[in-house]
Amino acid sequence: MTLAVVPENPRLPVSADPRDRGGPMQPMLLVEDLKKHFPIKGSLFSPSRAVVKAVDGVSFEVAKGETLGIVGESGCGKSTTARLLMHLIQPDAGTIVFDGDPVGVVRGIPVDELQRNMQMVFQDSYASLNPRLPIADSIAFGPKSHGLPKSEARERARDLLGMVGLNPRLFAERYPHELSGGQRQRVNIARALAMHPRLVILDESVSALDKSVEAQVLNLLVSLKDRLSLTYLFISHDLNVVQYVSDRVMVMYLGRVAEIGPVERLYEAPQHPYTRALLSSRPSMDPRRRVSVPPLSGDPPNPVNPPSGCRFRTRCPLAEAVCAEIEPPLAALPAFPAHKVACHAVAAASGHSGTAVPV
Amino acid sequence: MAMAEPAAIRTVSEVLNAGRPARAGVSRSYWAGVRRRLARDRVTIVCAAILFVILAAAIFAPYVTWADPYKTSMIRRLLPPGSPNHILGTDELGRDMFTRLVYGGRISLFTGFMPVFVATVIGGTLGVLAGYLGGRSNMLIMRVMDVFYAFPSVLLAVAISGALGAGLVNGLVAMSLVFIAPVARVSETVATQVRNEDFVEAARATGARTWRILIEHILPNVLGPILIYASSLISVAIVLASGLSFLGLGVSPPNADWGLMLNTLRQSIYVAPVNAILPGVMIFVTSMCFNLMSDGLRAAMDVR
Repeated sequence: MTLAVVPENPRLPVSADPRDRGGPMQPMLLVEDLKKHFPIKGSLFSPSRAVVKAVDGVSFEVAKGETLGIVGESGCGKSTTARLLMHLIQPDAGTIVFDGDPVGVVRGIPVDELQRNMQMVFQDSYASLNPRLPIADSIAFGPKSHGLPKSEARERARDLLGMVGLNPRLFAERYPHELSGGQRQRVNIARALAMHPRLVILDESVSALDKSVEAQVLNLLVSLKDRLSLTYLFISHDLNVVQYVSDRVMVMYLGRVAEIGPVERLYEAPQHPYTRALLSSRPSMDPRRRVSVPPLSGDPPNPVNPPSGCRFRTRCPLAEAVCAEIEPPLAALPAFPAHKVACHAVAAASGHSGTAVPV
Repeated sequence: MAMAEPAAIRTVSEVLNAGRPARAGVSRSYWAGVRRRLARDRVTIVCAAILFVILAAAIFAPYVTWADPYKTSMIRRLLPPGSPNHILGTDELGRDMFTRLVYGGRISLFTGFMPVFVATVIGGTLGVLAGYLGGRSNMLIMRVMDVFYAFPSVLLAVAISGALGAGLVNGLVAMSLVFIAPVARVSETVATQVRNEDFVEAARATGARTWRILIEHILPNVLGPILIYASSLISVAIVLASGLSFLGLGVSPPNADWGLMLNTLRQSIYVAPVNAILPGVMIFVTSMCFNLMSDGLRAAMDVR
């Protein structure tokens, strides 16, 4: 599969990045103990005390130039995490550090500055484009609202259209309903790139596309990443796609991080029982690897009242008494520091009867 | 699977349009589609034509009529339609019905448009703000609107114009106030729907200011439904204005106004029923046309 090669354009940023502030070792994004609890609406006279713990203490980092994949079941807090990072919803607690600068605090970078550096591509390619605007105007909106003159913003929009493989002469003045799903998602990518971001959050961005188009858009994303030295946060429930694009993978369960590690390591030697269940639930093309017992059954528990201790224990084959009492911390494996797991069965001296799999 | 380089492909339209500006005939804009669908809708076109005739007659009243709308004649009272010189007959004071109906359109149409226009601007702004901002602003604005909603519109209009005193201007003010609440409620509903769409999130994610998002992303998407609703209010406004005049709160005699004419001719309904009904027919036809036209507009604009 080859991709459209558009000639280098001097108006668009190229590799070495003058915007780098923290140096190559500083992670692009550092997230610590991020929390969002949504109150369940009570009535005027009986205010409800219940909260949905959508994201409950999530910490991770994204290195410069890498792709961090985030996987997990529906409702595990993947998309909420993305929206919290973008500040589309306000976090209740936690710190976000962008390239060394804490976000939204004195002497840090303000939220709108963060949003300029970090952009997002949504899942629904149609809903995320204004049906009343020609697509070039949708792309130009961001730069224009940050003070770029209209003609320059439109010029940038046309360049970007070419960059995502849509001929601006044919597409610039079209409306979203005149485009196919794959074309629309290319427009959404162009719109995100219009702000010249350094980090792009792809929230299920290829999930709604059919397989052949999905592959094209994925390859486009990979080539754009190289050309524009981008960093990706790739959210998906498709484990194969995540394996294909990611450098590291983070597994979320019910608003918390279950496991995080380099992609080869995580796919070959998953430590957390949930990760193992997820990976074995992938459809296989090999009939000899047919499974008849579902690796995991039932729905995740209600995030309003998550289970005590380890949240996965209600569905976990290895659950013991200690799992109900103590919440397992996300700890690095002694033999493999880049690989972190939140599971008593893996951690030494946790009180769990045994390490299930040798590390 | 190879995708060719975009610059290398030249489509037929590109070749044909070489050298012309980039728009190159591909754009079938939303409004072009609306216009095309409207052109196919016969009911809407007929209604628009009728309204156009009524409006044009009202504006150019002195040129399409030949009698004085205020000239009374005791010997020519309540002539039936079809009488010489009075094609629609005369009223209870011997004034020419046709002339008075045409002149009456001036005030009646004005009292139909004006309050709706004012209410759409004020109520639309309030409603869109409430819908987009949500939370407490929404609560504050919409609860105030609910207070207005608690009263039947006719009663509220009568009460307000009664309190302000009779007269055309006070009647207009009263009716504008009455229409603000329903327009605000419709606008709020539409704006709330649009605000939750991904493209608004995407716009917010660029860090753009609220007013910019409102103008470029919210407004174009809420304007259609709000205008359709407002156009359906015009007919209500005409009827309501006629009602106020009928009660003696709006236009005062001897001015010609459909509602007022209906009121004064009421006593003659047994003597000259056709004459008495004519102003009512005008009100009915006009409001009906506005209603059908707004239905047609909705159908034409309601495509995704």
